[in-house]
Amino acid sequence: MLGEFLQYLFSGLTSGAIYALVGLGFALIYNASHVINFAQGEFVMLGGMGTVFIAAAGVPLPLAGLLAVLLATVVGFALEKLAVEQTRNASVVTLIIITIGASIFVRGGAQVAFDKQFHTLPSFSGDTPINILGATITPQSLWVLGITVVIVLLLQYFFTRTLLGKAILATSHNPMAARLVGINVNAILLMSFGLSAALGAVAGILITPITSTNYEVGIMLGLKGFCAAILGGLGSGFGAIAGGVILGVAEALGAGYISSEYKDVIAFVIILAALFFMPSGLFGKRGTDRV
Amino acid sequence: MTSVISRRTLLAAAAAFGMLSVSVAPASAADTIKVGTFLAVTGPASFLGDPELKTLQMYVDKINDSGGVLGKKLELVHYDTAADPNKAVTFVKRLLDQDEVDVLLGGSASGETLAVMPMVEKAEIPYISFAGARKIVDPVQKWTFKTPHTDTMACQKIFEDMKKRGLTKIGMISGTDGFGASMQAECKAEAGKYGVNILVDETYGPKDTDMTAQLTKIKATAGVQAVLNPGFGQGPAIVTKNFKQLGLNVPLYQSHGVASKKFIELAGDAAEGVRLPAAALLVADKLPDSDPQKKVVTAYTAEFGAKYGAEAVSTFGGHAYDGLMLIVDAYKRAGSTDKAKVRDALEATKGYVGTGGVVTFSATDHMGLDLSAFRMLEIRHGDWTLVN
Repeated sequence: MLGEFLQYLFSGLTSGAIYALVGLGFALIYNASHVINFAQGEFVMLGGMGTVFIAAAGVPLPLAGLLAVLLATVVGFALEKLAVEQTRNASVVTLIIITIGASIFVRGGAQVAFDKQFHTLPSFSGDTPINILGATITPQSLWVLGITVVIVLLLQYFFTRTLLGKAILATSHNPMAARLVGINVNAILLMSFGLSAALGAVAGILITPITSTNYEVGIMLGLKGFCAAILGGLGSGFGAIAGGVILGVAEALGAGYISSEYKDVIAFVIILAALFFMPSGLFGKRGTDRV
Repeated sequence: MTSVISRRTLLAAAAAFGMLSVSVAPASAADTIKVGTFLAVTGPASFLGDPELKTLQMYVDKINDSGGVLGKKLELVHYDTAADPNKAVTFVKRLLDQDEVDVLLGGSASGETLAVMPMVEKAEIPYISFAGARKIVDPVQKWTFKTPHTDTMACQKIFEDMKKRGLTKIGMISGTDGFGASMQAECKAEAGKYGVNILVDETYGPKDTDMTAQLTKIKATAGVQAVLNPGFGQGPAIVTKNFKQLGLNVPLYQSHGVASKKFIELAGDAAEGVRLPAAALLVADKLPDSDPQKKVVTAYTAEFGAKYGAEAVSTFGGHAYDGLMLIVDAYKRAGSTDKAKVRDALEATKGYVGTGGVVTFSATDHMGLDLSAFRMLEIRHGDWTLVN
């Protein structure tokens, strides 16, 4: 009994960590621009697919991963420069729609530039499962969990302790005031898109050994990551982690104890209930509107 | 303003298109056979449509280079449906009314095929589908034929093998995508006939990232002797990996949906010992020389592989190959391009050896395959081996 429960928990942690890592990317761009970047899933795809194809061209795996992260970062810069920045005074809703368009474009491009097949990468430290009290977890899941935590801590430090991080927060609160105190708002926006693209790509590389990847893997990951970010409170790093893990564990327990047919339903009911009582998410700052 | 311009452009384009088809049609009507095809070359089923179109283009060129059919050249008219049944209906309408094709091939997915069948029957034109569902040929429609085997046959092949090994109590874990759901239903209907009991029946979303929860439930069910996983895409590879992770010590059966080298690559070491039914095409090089299909599958694998890479060879392209060759064969035997005569010749096809099996059509069977079309394979040392 305990073994089964632990197994459901580990199963939930594995998917939860993946959702959390993707959710973090949403949080980052939201922090800088209040834009929800629906192309976030595509950065994840670019990380995984990029690594697979660069490695296939004969580049050693670690270097291929690095190049793939760079590739995604450049795409992130391009998205900001060519699409978001061109519509200077557009409303946030318009910007969100632009990111949806960009995600379709990137997906189409990946279909042509890469291929339509599934690909995978070798696990970082083998496939031998770790046995804990009769339940098992793969080393790769631990990698995902561990690196997610490290990234959150780094981001936390970045936003609260560095000038650049504070500049990003300031831009998000009031772009006009930020500009007045000498912050280059354009550069900040550009950087936050690049950073979240890089983050997405890292997530893509980490999870490819578990889930495998293809050109449209970003759709589902983006959606689940978005749910994690919303549940935890948009803009909050710890919120994204908590949201992701809660979502993953709810799915696994639902599949295990109730019915696998309804596991997505169970997860979404939890999200709806949470948002009904806490509209700004579990860890989100309560929004106030001036009347 | 913009709407006016776009409407004008549209009108101009439509006019240009109309003129084009008017000027082309009379010249080509006499000395070509127009083969109309609609395939899901892009979109979610692109892994079906892409090799199918490449196969058709390649072999139409090849047939034309060697003199064509009945002294006429084949002309391929193609539209991309992106696996959308609505688009398929529109394009088939266009193929029938504007392009006035002589024969129809295609429909990569079952949904598009089923959507266009009423139109095909009304237009009375020979039609061969490349989609799997049994509904396409059961009940038999006069003008509609198909080349792929059905998932019912896959279930039968698997249960036959389980029975041989004395495995009668099984667990199922199925994808909720169209393929997985359809095969799950077929297998549940067939299980009884083979004395197989399904003790536990789980599902997963086609894009889920972890299936250990469902497999833990199967593991905890007492008496499960084997597990069957209908599905395609990355799902079955994750199931296979999770299966190994949890240390389930019973045989795992996959479906023909993952019958490609890609599956072995994705699942890695965890794929060792997995069994699945598949068409002979997959194991072309491993078939004994006495196998009737040996010649045709080796030739197709070599020719398609030479042009698009050995990795790209799939049974889906094979279905398109069979469709084209069956219709060419029917034209030759009919000795005319008269649609009714070609259909009758097609229905009279006997013992045609294709990549999907040995095809014998009849008035009551428009698929023409039996269980021998499937081979039971086991994955050993990262490669297929034939199970007898």
